[in-house]
Amino acid sequence: MSILVLAEHHDGQLAGATAHVVAAAQAIGGDIDVLVAGENVGAIAEAAARLDGVSKVRVADAAVYAHQLAEPMGELLAGLAGDYSHVLAAASTTGKNVLPRLAALKDVAQISEIIAVESADTFKRPIYAGNAIATVQSEDALKVITVRATAFDAVDETGGATVEAVEASVDNALSSFVGEELAESDRPELGAAKVVISGGRGMGSGENFKLLEGIADKLGAAIGASRAAVDAGFVPNDMQVGQTGKIVAPELYIAVGISGAIQHLAGMKDSKVIVAINKDEEAPIFQVADYGLVADLFEALPELEQKL
Amino acid sequence: MKVLVAVKRVIDYNVKIRVKPDNSDVDLTNVKMAMNPFCEIAVEEAVRLKEKGVASEIVAVTVGPKAAQEQLRTALALGADRAIHVQTDERVESLGAAKALAKVVEDEQPELTILGKQAIDTDNNQTGQMLAALTSRPQGTFASEVAVEDGKLKVTREIDGGLQTVELALPAIVTTDLRLNEPRYAKLPDIMKAKKKPLDTKTPEELGVEVGSKLKLVKVEPPAERQGGVKVGSVDELVDKLKNEAKVIS
Repeated sequence: MSILVLAEHHDGQLAGATAHVVAAAQAIGGDIDVLVAGENVGAIAEAAARLDGVSKVRVADAAVYAHQLAEPMGELLAGLAGDYSHVLAAASTTGKNVLPRLAALKDVAQISEIIAVESADTFKRPIYAGNAIATVQSEDALKVITVRATAFDAVDETGGATVEAVEASVDNALSSFVGEELAESDRPELGAAKVVISGGRGMGSGENFKLLEGIADKLGAAIGASRAAVDAGFVPNDMQVGQTGKIVAPELYIAVGISGAIQHLAGMKDSKVIVAINKDEEAPIFQVADYGLVADLFEALPELEQKL
Repeated sequence: MKVLVAVKRVIDYNVKIRVKPDNSDVDLTNVKMAMNPFCEIAVEEAVRLKEKGVASEIVAVTVGPKAAQEQLRTALALGADRAIHVQTDERVESLGAAKALAKVVEDEQPELTILGKQAIDTDNNQTGQMLAALTSRPQGTFASEVAVEDGKLKVTREIDGGLQTVELALPAIVTTDLRLNEPRYAKLPDIMKAKKKPLDTKTPEELGVEVGSKLKLVKVEPPAERQGGVKVGSVDELVDKLKNEAKVIS
């Protein structure tokens, strides 16, 4: 068996999720190659080569892959997939955009967002917003899979894989990149942070999210939000934790002014320790919280910041 | 332009689901069903394009059992002009659905096809992308804004870290994200009128597609229950527990 892992990268850097996907590939077993596709991705390929368990890094460096648009990426992967039994990518917006396109081009099913490997053809994945766990078995010759990064521990970076170029430039007349608007943040990436503190509708306004910042700084935490807070316009939507936003599983998750709708729980209930701060003691969030504090967040947050 | 909208009948998103005792699947008997929320957004976007004079005709389509006609009638009440039902009782996975939809796209030749980004039952997030691949069309997934300009489609997409805008050649496939729009409710007179709008029923056999799946559902289990937690009385107690009991902060 041989496995191809599609590297995730942003702004010239290999994304942390890739090391988690390689861990999932190790759980399947077999030779692991990593594909780095993009423009000027030499440094990213070198970073990928350091991941433990990787035997070869294949580099597709061309302008057509610059923003990893689904149309050329699907074609590139479909051209390479013949050498492999499995193609894996992180269940990020890039992986979710590209892999189903590859699967359909190869006429195979795609298995989304696996959280465990049972065997080389059998995997576990959450369905119904994480309220049920399905075990699925694929009879396809090629398995195309996206991996929930937080469900696998990252591999170390002590490896030394070989790097080779892939001669596979494709044409793309279907789509083109126009622009990007990225939210700026100095904090750890939401999906990879060890501590996450999130605010909900109870925060009252975007201004009040500042109350979370001091605590986040002291804990080295990322700041998240519920869909209600995003829909109310308090914060941008890339901060959203939930079924339709980011899935996180940090060591500590602090939910502030969040009621705990199914949609939100799907994004954070695999956290190791959950703390809820809410003034409504009937809020469903208290049913999943390890530690609950029934209090007014406007009093509790400054006190918490001071005592940390 | 002609717009095709795919909708799916799923369990209502407010229902707390139950796993069957034999672990074969989720129990759907006597459970309230509805149109998948992302599909509602897709229908709304098509209707708004028609209201702006961009779309000339809206065709709603679904793949599924006889009861899924209810969701097509809902789409018709919301503003779709006619509907196509690909009727099957098989368990249809994304690839099968995409193959059936690809046949409908081939027959209807819509310039724009809109789907939801994912269905809240299987949480796959695959069908739109697969349909785009099967019809060799570009895809604008997780769209939060859609505009037709100079014969091209401009799609703003929600990506990790922010927003990305891409330009797609028409005909194209778009999948909706939550922030694309706020779907309207169907009005009673429109629900009555929708009963008279044309609804075509076809079978996968008539379309010449296999919708069965090579993906076997081995079992379905409830997720591991979290241990019931404790309520603390003060911020001091909370900090103490996190430091000394849970040991997650130092």
